[in-house]
Amino acid sequence: MKSNDVILQTATNIVLFIVLMFSVFIFFNGHHEPGGGFIGGLMTSSAVVLLLLAYDLETVKRVLPFDFKIVTAAGLLTAVATGMGSFLFGEPFLSQTYDYFTFPVLGELELATALLFDIGVYLVVIGITLTIIQTIGEDR
Amino acid sequence: MTNLIIWPVLIPLLTGILLLFAPKRVVFQRGLSTVSAAVLLVVNIFIVFTVQQQGIQTLQLGGWQPPFGIVLVTDMLAALLITAAAVVSLPILVFSIYSIGKERERFYFYAFYQFLIAGVMGAFITGDIFNLFVFFEVMLISSYILIVHGGTKKQLRESFKYVLVNVISSAFFVVGVAYLYAVTGTLNMAQLSERIGSLDTGAPILSVIAVLFLIVFGLKGALFPLYFWLPASYAAPPSPIAAIFGALLTKVGIYSIFRTYSMIFTHDTAFTHQLLGILAALTMIIGVIGAVAHQDVKKILVYNVIVAVGFVLFGVSTMTETGYMGAIFYLFHDIIIKGALFLMIGAMITVAGSTHLKEMGGLIKYHPRLGWMFFTAVMALVGVPPLSGFIGKLMLVQGGAEAGQYWIIAVMMASSLLVLYSMIRIFLKGFYGKIKLEKADQYGTTKGLLLPCAFLLTVSVLIGVGAEAVYPLAATAAETLYEPQIYIDAVLKE
Repeated sequence: MKSNDVILQTATNIVLFIVLMFSVFIFFNGHHEPGGGFIGGLMTSSAVVLLLLAYDLETVKRVLPFDFKIVTAAGLLTAVATGMGSFLFGEPFLSQTYDYFTFPVLGELELATALLFDIGVYLVVIGITLTIIQTIGEDR
Repeated sequence: MTNLIIWPVLIPLLTGILLLFAPKRVVFQRGLSTVSAAVLLVVNIFIVFTVQQQGIQTLQLGGWQPPFGIVLVTDMLAALLITAAAVVSLPILVFSIYSIGKERERFYFYAFYQFLIAGVMGAFITGDIFNLFVFFEVMLISSYILIVHGGTKKQLRESFKYVLVNVISSAFFVVGVAYLYAVTGTLNMAQLSERIGSLDTGAPILSVIAVLFLIVFGLKGALFPLYFWLPASYAAPPSPIAAIFGALLTKVGIYSIFRTYSMIFTHDTAFTHQLLGILAALTMIIGVIGAVAHQDVKKILVYNVIVAVGFVLFGVSTMTETGYMGAIFYLFHDIIIKGALFLMIGAMITVAGSTHLKEMGGLIKYHPRLGWMFFTAVMALVGVPPLSGFIGKLMLVQGGAEAGQYWIIAVMMASSLLVLYSMIRIFLKGFYGKIKLEKADQYGTTKGLLLPCAFLLTVSVLIGVGAEAVYPLAATAAETLYEPQIYIDAVLKE
């Protein structure tokens, strides 16, 4: 079936960036407020799903030439390695710490090691959801 | 407070993650998995000695004090079981290198094997009921993948049932955890034990929760009448996967019943433990009936897994220190001997090209070593002294007698004899008898398959002959379960 996707594609081109930026915002918003790696990852993958709906699998693979299974593995490794980072300081597994730093432009920010763990979660969620969606999508 | 006890979970977890990066490099996959399994074994043995010398080891994850955070607790029972699990995981891995096939190897077999081991290790060492659920899921999700891995028609059919049964039982698990939290206000096992132990009168709601947990763990551990899914689904996957399932997965369910029914649900033992004893006896009876009835070698062995569930849980239901010790000994022995038997059966099937006893016969002419190893393993399983099954059964009988459960002892003895009959039939029909397959007609060789079997059998014999050395370890483990105050003090009073 040949359908006309002009409106969907044009809208996607703009909406995609809004969704992606919001997903990054949600990701950093975590820790103290609603948000974090899991929901941020889901939102990023929903942006890619939108791209898949508007264009097709081949286009998306050209735009994002990652093997998402490797992304999953990298995420898992980041998360576990963050947990093991506490071994270096003689603290129990998964211990976390935080401190306040002053940045130019952004001002004072709280940086927590939990963020590193969350990056791992973020990558795992993106990797898993997109692997599943691509596998089902390829299967015709 | 030591990070040592997180390593049994981290080693397989990290290995699994690293294996995900290069799925197609089979040599790398094999090498790293084997090295990791060997390291895990060494670490776990070290943990056993540490626990023996320094007492119960705890680790508060993230530095959160119990009961607020999740705490990992390695008492002697957990240390022995993680060691037994590591002992079987290494040879089964080596066996699968020789028999699982390139196709499966290239599709994440080793990675999910490692994740499965990580889940099993975690379930044994956690000190928090909700965390137990999480590790159960880690283990189950890996097992869903392994049972369907390869995607043969039989596997697809059986894995569907397997997944369905386990998803439902996991849902019950969460419901049970929610009830428990609503009633007691904690999920930390030590605090649960403390709070429920201090009750004067038996609270009926706790008995309901206890039975709910018995249903959940009974489904995973194949307790009568919840064993129905097990025989078909464990017979479906290839031999090494069936071996790791048969040796470890039901044992995690049994361990959970052991832990909860010895330390936590002690408020109304007249009801709960009587029920457990009756169910254990029925499990033995149903198990041997299945084992005697079947002609398919895998099915015979799978039904023997169910019989062992009955034996161990009978020990738990006696509520005596000897009974506990027997149950621990038998559990330890059974993990190893079931792993060995599944591997030997796997080697038989490789040679005969069939799982049916009718298609085998006279295998001993060309495979004498396999034949006599199988014979020894059967003797160890049944408990001919001085092999490893004997001490466990002896203590189970003693514990049962102390508790006055003579009819269950009778059932146990009778079913032991029938276990012997069912297994020796494989030996007589499969290894002895008329030769069905000449050397040229055989479907495969046992090259590389015998060494893992020999390793497990040696460990099993050593446990039996060296029972003197294992005895104090089992005694320490039983003491902690019999007097939960030791466990509570180790976790809550730092």
